Amino acid sequence: MEKITLTKEMVLQTLQNNFGNIFSNIEEPYGILTATVTKDKIIDILAFLNKHEILQFQMLTDLCAVHFPERDKKFQIVYHVHSLSNNFRLRLKVDLDGDPPKIPTATIVYATANWMERETYDFYGVIFEGHPNLKRILNIDDMVIFPMRKEYPLEDNTRTDKDDRMFGREPNPLFKPLI
Amino acid sequence: MSNPTHKHIKLEGELEKETNTINIGPTHPATHGVFQNIMEMDGERILSADTTVGYIHRAFEKIAEHRPYYQITPLTDRLNYCSAPINNMGWHTTVEKLAGIKLPKRVEYLRVIIMELARIADHLVCNSVLGVDTGAFTGFLYVFQEREKIYEIWEDICGSRLTTNIGRVGGFEREWPNSSFEKLDKFLAGFPKVFKEFENLFNRNRIFIERTAGVGSISADRALNYGFTGPNLRATGVDYDIRAMYPYSSYEEFDFKVPVGKRGDTYDRFLVRNEEVWQSISIIKQALEKIAKEPAGVFHADVPEYYLPPKEEVYHNMEALIYHFKIVMGEVPIPKGEVYHSVEGGNGELGFYLISDGGRCPYRLHFRRPCFIYYQAFEEMVKGELLSDAIVTLSSMNIIAGELDG
Repeated sequence: MEKITLTKEMVLQTLQNNFGNIFSNIEEPYGILTATVTKDKIIDILAFLNKHEILQFQMLTDLCAVHFPERDKKFQIVYHVHSLSNNFRLRLKVDLDGDPPKIPTATIVYATANWMERETYDFYGVIFEGHPNLKRILNIDDMVIFPMRKEYPLEDNTRTDKDDRMFGREPNPLFKPLI
Repeated sequence: MSNPTHKHIKLEGELEKETNTINIGPTHPATHGVFQNIMEMDGERILSADTTVGYIHRAFEKIAEHRPYYQITPLTDRLNYCSAPINNMGWHTTVEKLAGIKLPKRVEYLRVIIMELARIADHLVCNSVLGVDTGAFTGFLYVFQEREKIYEIWEDICGSRLTTNIGRVGGFEREWPNSSFEKLDKFLAGFPKVFKEFENLFNRNRIFIERTAGVGSISADRALNYGFTGPNLRATGVDYDIRAMYPYSSYEEFDFKVPVGKRGDTYDRFLVRNEEVWQSISIIKQALEKIAKEPAGVFHADVPEYYLPPKEEVYHNMEALIYHFKIVMGEVPIPKGEVYHSVEGGNGELGFYLISDGGRCPYRLHFRRPCFIYYQAFEEMVKGELLSDAIVTLSSMNIIAGELDG
């Protein structure tokens, strides 16, 4: 087969031809094509990318969540998929609302999503629907909070010996006590 | 049907159906690190393995959201602590990519040297400990002496050995002392002989091959699906190396081979790592040749906003004092944006997904820790194998507890 060099336009065009105009916020920060998609389509897109005979996104490099407490859709899941044969990376984002936020699992496409999704659930409380074993992975099982959310401070804020105002900072109004 | 006189003794035929549940870890002498596996055993065969991770989780991602950029380097030390300099350099190059800092060539070559030394150290630990797990202690002793020499070089450069915190955003903290180059030359002269001896002990050793060949194998398809990277992926035959595919630190100027295996088993992983050590030696030699052609004494980029000024200037020069104060307080001009940058770590693709909102700390920093991602394939790899093979497989996957738990 003739070797073609995959360009960002080709990838985007292929995706838009198959899924229509559902890709928003198309950017290229630091050379990685980035697009936001809706949560009902994300698994179809990942499966399409994985199976496509030219694109061949064989690998889910990374999956993580980001918390934006000031936005309407507070959580964002970021997928980094990678086509080794074309040396091409693609970043897909899904904005989620609701608490707990819910999104279908990617484990049916990529086996590696299993622990990545468990980690994301563990730290952000994002429910991956259909996940075979969605339980905490790095934190203790008895933990009741999702510690990477922005409202939880780094340190126990029952401490009185450290006052943010002494360092010229206002205390974060989002912080809630852990206990 | 039970034996009528001894009710715990089962009659023939029933015995084979009986399974035992055993627990290995979290601290077990055969698993090098804090790993727990609850295994369902049928005699010596593993039916299933339930893996528990997280025993040494230290919340680095949370801490990173509250620390200025230069204070995150010590956190990266503690990920894969067998090759800390690679993690440090990975973090520096990520921030440099975000801030758009260009480094002088000499600094990049110095970084290549330090990263390849780290790769050698990492592979030596993994392969020699694999030898220990198969009952061959001698090779371990041979190469650990050489690893000590690598640590001495690091010590000369940055003052520490294991968790190095080496380099800064924009370069190195100081010029490498002459002693470090002398030690490096000595190492390059002496190490190949020792490593050849190490290979002689193992590569064609009948016992070692029987213990490792065909053990814990995984196909290339499954490995990709599981997100394998680094030597473990290359052992399955996929020639994916970030140094070649997404060159950083001027790796594109170096001539090296990406060794691949065929069957993705423990033996192939061992051979791939060994070959990578030879490639690393060759890269270091090339880097030293290139450095000789560059102007001497350049060890950082000219970026006063990010790189601490020399201390003597801070006392006499207004600008230097201002920059010193701003950098120490973490008030460096970091642009808004998101960047994914990865380096070829000792055991795979070490990625940094960094979102900056222009503030003094990252808004979000996610470490793509290679062994966290591929350790989940462990269950599939050991299913149906012997318990002793599972130990060898675990060892050959180069799982580092610090990186696993993040």
